[in-house]
Amino acid sequence: MVSDYLIIEKLRCGYGNVFNLQAVSITLNKGAFAGIIGPNGSGKTTLFKGISGSLPVKSGAISLNNTNLNNLKPVEKARKVAVVTQYPDAAGIAVEDYVLMGRLPYRETFQFFETQKDHDIAEKYMRLTGIIDHKDKLMTQLSGGEQQLAAIAQALSQEPELLLLDEPTSHLDITHQVQILNLLQHLNQEMNLTVLMIIHDLNLAAEYCDYLIMMDKGSIFTKGTPHEVLNYQNIEQVYKTVVVTQNNPLSGKPAIFLVSDNIMKNQKKHHDAPPPTFDL
Amino acid sequence: MIKKHLRWSWFTLAILLLVVLSAVFSLSMGEASISLRDIIPIIRAKEGMEYFILTQIRIPRIILAIAVGGSLSLSGAILQGIFRNPLVEPYTLGISGGAALGVALTIVMGLHVTIGAYILPVAGFIGAMTTILLVSILGFLRGGTDLNKMLLIGVMISFVASSSMMFLMSVTTAESLHGIVFWIMGSLDEPNKMLVHITLYASIAGLAISYLFARPLNALRLGEIKASYLGINSKTTIRILFLVASLLTGICVSVAGVIGFVGLVIPHLIRLIAGSDYRYMLIGSFLGGGLFLILSDVIARTIISPNELPIGIITGMAGGLLFIIVLSKFRSRREHGV
Repeated sequence: MVSDYLIIEKLRCGYGNVFNLQAVSITLNKGAFAGIIGPNGSGKTTLFKGISGSLPVKSGAISLNNTNLNNLKPVEKARKVAVVTQYPDAAGIAVEDYVLMGRLPYRETFQFFETQKDHDIAEKYMRLTGIIDHKDKLMTQLSGGEQQLAAIAQALSQEPELLLLDEPTSHLDITHQVQILNLLQHLNQEMNLTVLMIIHDLNLAAEYCDYLIMMDKGSIFTKGTPHEVLNYQNIEQVYKTVVVTQNNPLSGKPAIFLVSDNIMKNQKKHHDAPPPTFDL
Repeated sequence: MIKKHLRWSWFTLAILLLVVLSAVFSLSMGEASISLRDIIPIIRAKEGMEYFILTQIRIPRIILAIAVGGSLSLSGAILQGIFRNPLVEPYTLGISGGAALGVALTIVMGLHVTIGAYILPVAGFIGAMTTILLVSILGFLRGGTDLNKMLLIGVMISFVASSSMMFLMSVTTAESLHGIVFWIMGSLDEPNKMLVHITLYASIAGLAISYLFARPLNALRLGEIKASYLGINSKTTIRILFLVASLLTGICVSVAGVIGFVGLVIPHLIRLIAGSDYRYMLIGSFLGGGLFLILSDVIARTIISPNELPIGIITGMAGGLLFIIVLSKFRSRREHGV
């Protein structure tokens, strides 16, 4: 394990004067499986865009394995960092062609067609993600979960060192949520691929990530292992919501329970009631 | 995959063959009908009335049909790709409006009489270039490429230009009015051989340059941001392709007038038949546009012979009908994606 593989140093980026990150610093080890969590509007997506390069960096630096990513040409960066967006917007493109686009960073100027190697790599990752049977279908004919798997296959075809994902499971059922996160975990462990993703679901974040970054109001509220980050004090302060945390009986990872208004009232009544007296 | 490439190659070859066949057919059709069998002997003989008709009138016209049809259709394919909007066509950005205004102004001022008819394509080109310059300056301002803004600016310029032109038409003489209307409707009748050659070379250069960007265009189907994640320099690609498409359109409009529908319908037809992969789309659109214009020109020349219909009428009617037929036939089979 090489320490400090991805170093984000005092990164500032944002939208004019409307919303800006306040000097965010993060370091990740090679092979980390990290999640960015936080309420809506906390700056998760802005941070993500800053790292992926779709928002210009105002100050600060991002380096991966001692290379400053800001100085790289788009093609060079795409060989190191692959991005999976929330919705693969892919209209009427065949799945195989879609995955093959992951080989674009490796093309030559006058190379109009993919090489045999490109095909082999695309096929390998279509097999790995389990979408090889759909390769001749159009992207629009796949379900949301299958589209997301195709997007991951495309990202893997870039053979990146860092995989960034923007809420890859937010609109999926639990079958696909678990399927995709298991796949990512498998890739992370087998290929030592560094994964950084925005993830809304705190329970999934706790279960799968080994490092969490909790954002609030444009800066990092806290970061660390799921146990360090996901205690009820932190969650209540950042999300302004009452929760109860306990450990998952199998994995020992923290699990978060929400508390409804009714239960809160009952609890309060119970709490405020005078202690029972026993006159004997 | 190999099968797919093979299918596409056959498709491309098939259109190429159709282009050649329709060109030969077009050679024999016209006021003076020349039978197919006689064409080669006449050209070998290098003399006579029929030789003159073939080499001085019909061959340049076919070349211009291929160049203009190819360029307009290629521009349409490119612009629909970079704007990710299936309704965009070469004229959406106001290029035709600018060119038409330039020409109308020249005709109203009578410059084509005093200076000579060659001023018309020049004026059209200046008008087209002014529009392109305006749209690019406003659209690429501050290093941005706000595509929706560019599109709106183009549409607005188009409106302003057409209103100005209507103003000119309402105050001018009947003779000038006739000249403007005929120019707007478009014609492939171009006596100046140099212009025909310029158009041909420009169209081939445009095809070659845009083909270098075929794979980036494929990636742009996923959107500008996703394409940049795949290592595409989206902004540069969009700018270069925008300039190629608008220059080609500007040249075509200046030489042949406003021939509508080719740039909108042909790319759609090709996409419906062959799919949205730009490596095939670009060549397919170019050849398809050429084929369509050759055939439209044959109809325009012969249907009310000895008179000639403006080709824009034929392209509009035939293109629209053809498109509806093909759409209803293919839509169910292949989902329509840009």
